[in-house]
Amino acid sequence: MPTEQQTLDEIMDLAAQHFKVSRDKLQPDEDFFKTLDIDSLQALDLLTRLENHFHVEMPDYELQGVTDFRTLANRIQSRL
Amino acid sequence: MLDLRQYPSLGAALRDALEHWPNETCLIEADRDKEKTRLTYSDFKELARPLTRALQDADFREGDRAAIIMTNQSKWLVSAYAIFYCGGVLVPLDFKLTAAEHLQLLKHSKAKFLIVEYYLWRAIMQSPEFKNHGVKTVLVAESPLRTDLGGAYRWEDFHRKGDPIFIDRQPEDVACIVYSSGTGGRPKGCVLTHENYLEQCISLTAWYPFWPGVRYLSILPTNHAIDFMVGFIGPFVCGACVVHLRTLRPEYVRDAFVRYRISYMSLVPMVLKNLERGLRAKFDELRGAKRFMLNRMIALNKLLTRRRPNVKLSRKLLGQVHKAFGGQLLALFTGGAFMEPSTLQFFYDLGIPVANGYGLTEAGTALTLNDFKPFRADTVGRPLPGVELRVLSPDSEGIGEVSVHSKTVMSHYLDDPELTAETIVDGWLLTGDLGRFDFTGHLQLFGRKKNMIVTEGGKNIYPEDIETVFEGLPVKEYCIFAANYVWLAKELRNETLFLAVRLEPNQQPDTALVEEINVRNRLLPDFKRIDGYLIWDRDFPRTASLKIKRNGLAEEIAKTVERTAIVRL
Repeated sequence: MPTEQQTLDEIMDLAAQHFKVSRDKLQPDEDFFKTLDIDSLQALDLLTRLENHFHVEMPDYELQGVTDFRTLANRIQSRL
Repeated sequence: MLDLRQYPSLGAALRDALEHWPNETCLIEADRDKEKTRLTYSDFKELARPLTRALQDADFREGDRAAIIMTNQSKWLVSAYAIFYCGGVLVPLDFKLTAAEHLQLLKHSKAKFLIVEYYLWRAIMQSPEFKNHGVKTVLVAESPLRTDLGGAYRWEDFHRKGDPIFIDRQPEDVACIVYSSGTGGRPKGCVLTHENYLEQCISLTAWYPFWPGVRYLSILPTNHAIDFMVGFIGPFVCGACVVHLRTLRPEYVRDAFVRYRISYMSLVPMVLKNLERGLRAKFDELRGAKRFMLNRMIALNKLLTRRRPNVKLSRKLLGQVHKAFGGQLLALFTGGAFMEPSTLQFFYDLGIPVANGYGLTEAGTALTLNDFKPFRADTVGRPLPGVELRVLSPDSEGIGEVSVHSKTVMSHYLDDPELTAETIVDGWLLTGDLGRFDFTGHLQLFGRKKNMIVTEGGKNIYPEDIETVFEGLPVKEYCIFAANYVWLAKELRNETLFLAVRLEPNQQPDTALVEEINVRNRLLPDFKRIDGYLIWDRDFPRTASLKIKRNGLAEEIAKTVERTAIVRL
C-alpha cells in the first residue's frame, strides 16, 4: 500500500495532468479550487479520475468540504 | 393532468395521482450507471403505505412538522408523500448545511420528526449540540445494520401493517416551511401553504406541461424549491416520471440523458456551463468538412428557429448533438442565479431551449419564465399566469425593486412578524431584486437591493450566515458584505463577498492577520467563502442595541472608497 505522502504526490500529479497546469503550481495545503480556478463539478471530474487510478469508489459527499490535496489524500488513503 | 383546482391540498392531489396512473413509472433512481430503484405509481403507493401507517402509529398528527435531510433520492419523495398523507407539515432542509446548522434549523422549525440519510445523521450525532435536538422521532435511511443510531430508527424498518388514514388539509393550511437563509443569523423560514404550491403547479404546467411518458431528470436536491416543484409535484400530478441521479458527476449526467431519454431537466448555471464546456470541446475536435457542416447546420437551425423553437426540426438538423442528449429533450430550465446570455444562446442555437426564469423561495418556485415566444437570452422571461409583478420607484432607466402579488407568495416568515411585515407590504412581496420590464413584457434583472449573493451553483448566501466563522478574529470589529450591495452594480455578474475590517488602534494588517482570515475562510464550504477584505478606518455605526448598522456602513464605504479597495485573498 502506498504511503500517504505517495498518495498525495500521485494526486497532485494527476490533478496537474487533468487540468493541464504545471505540477509546481500545486501545493498540498492550498485551496485547489482557487489555484486551479475550478468549480465543484470539475473537482468531481477529477475525483472520478482519482477513483479509477486508485481503484476506490467514493460517494460525491466525500468531497464535501474538501478543498486541499492533503485532505483529499487522507480521504482516499483511508479507503485503500 | 389532474385538475388541481379540484384539490384542497398537495396530499389529496398526490394521493389521487397514485390511483390515476397505477402502471406508469413514476420514479427511477440511479447511482452513476447503476439503476437502484424503479417504481410505478402503484409501487410507490405500496412503499409509502407502511411508512405512513407507522408515522401515524408513532403519533405524527395533522399539523405536526417533519423535516427531511437527504440527497435527492426516492426515499425523499416517499417520505414527503407520507408526511402530506398524514396532514403533516414538511420542513425540507438543505443537506449541504453543517450539522450545527441542521440542528439550529430543526430547533427553529420545531420539527417533531426527522427523516435523514445515515452519513448526515452520523455528522449530526457528533455535533456538540446534538443532545438538544428536540426531535421526537428520527428515521435514518441507508444506515448499516446493527449500527448505533443514537435512539433513531432505521427508515427501512419503520413499517406498520394496515391502512393509514388520509388526513386532508385546506388550501390555506401550511404545507411546507422552507428556509431561504438564516442559519447564522435570523432564520428565514418561509411558511408556504397548500394553495401556494397548487397555484404554482397550475401556472408552471400551463406553459410546460408534463404527461405520462415524460421523464424529468432530477439532479438538484429536492429541498430546492425548483426541484420540489418540477421534480416531484409537477410530474406526479401529470403521471410523468422523475429520474433521480445520485451523483452530479458530469459524465454520468450526460449518460443519464441518453439512458433515460430525458424530456426535461432543471439545472443551475454551473451545470449548464459544464455541459457547454463539454460540447465546445467536442466541437473543437472536429476538423475540416465535419466542422464546416456542423457550423452550417447550426446557422441553418438558428435561422429556422428565429421566431420560436422547433425541437423536431433541430433534432433532424443536428442529429448527433441531440442524440448526445437522448433525442427526447424538450427543454432545460434554469434560474436562481445569473446566467450568461451567451450560454443560453449557445444551447438555443443547437435547438436545445433553455428556459431561464426567476423566482424566490418566498414566492414558491418561479415568478417569470422564458416562454420562447420568441427566445430571449437577455431576460428572465415573462410573468407566469397568475403572477403580477411591479417595479417600485423606478429610476430614470426604469429600474426599481421588483415586487410581486400572487397566490404563490408565502403566508409569512415563521415566528417573525416583524420581518414578515417588512417583506410583505399590502399584499405585495418585496423581492429585494432590481429589475425592469422591456417593451415586450420581459423582465430583466439588474442586481440586488439586499445584502446577499446567489452562486453559480444556485445557493443564496447571506453574509450574516457566515460571519460566525470569523468570531474571535483579532480585530476591533468586522462585517461581511456583498460587494454589489455596497457599490450598487446594476448587474448580477461578479457577485462576491468581502470582509470589512476595523483594526484595533495601532494595529497593522500584517501577514498573520491575513493568514488568520484565510484559515477561517477555509472553514466555510467553498461556495460560501469571501473573496477579499477591506480595511476600514472608522468605527462601525451601531444601533442603540449595539448592532452594526449594515446599511449605514455600506453607504459610508461606498461614498469613501472604490470597489478596487478590496484586497483579494
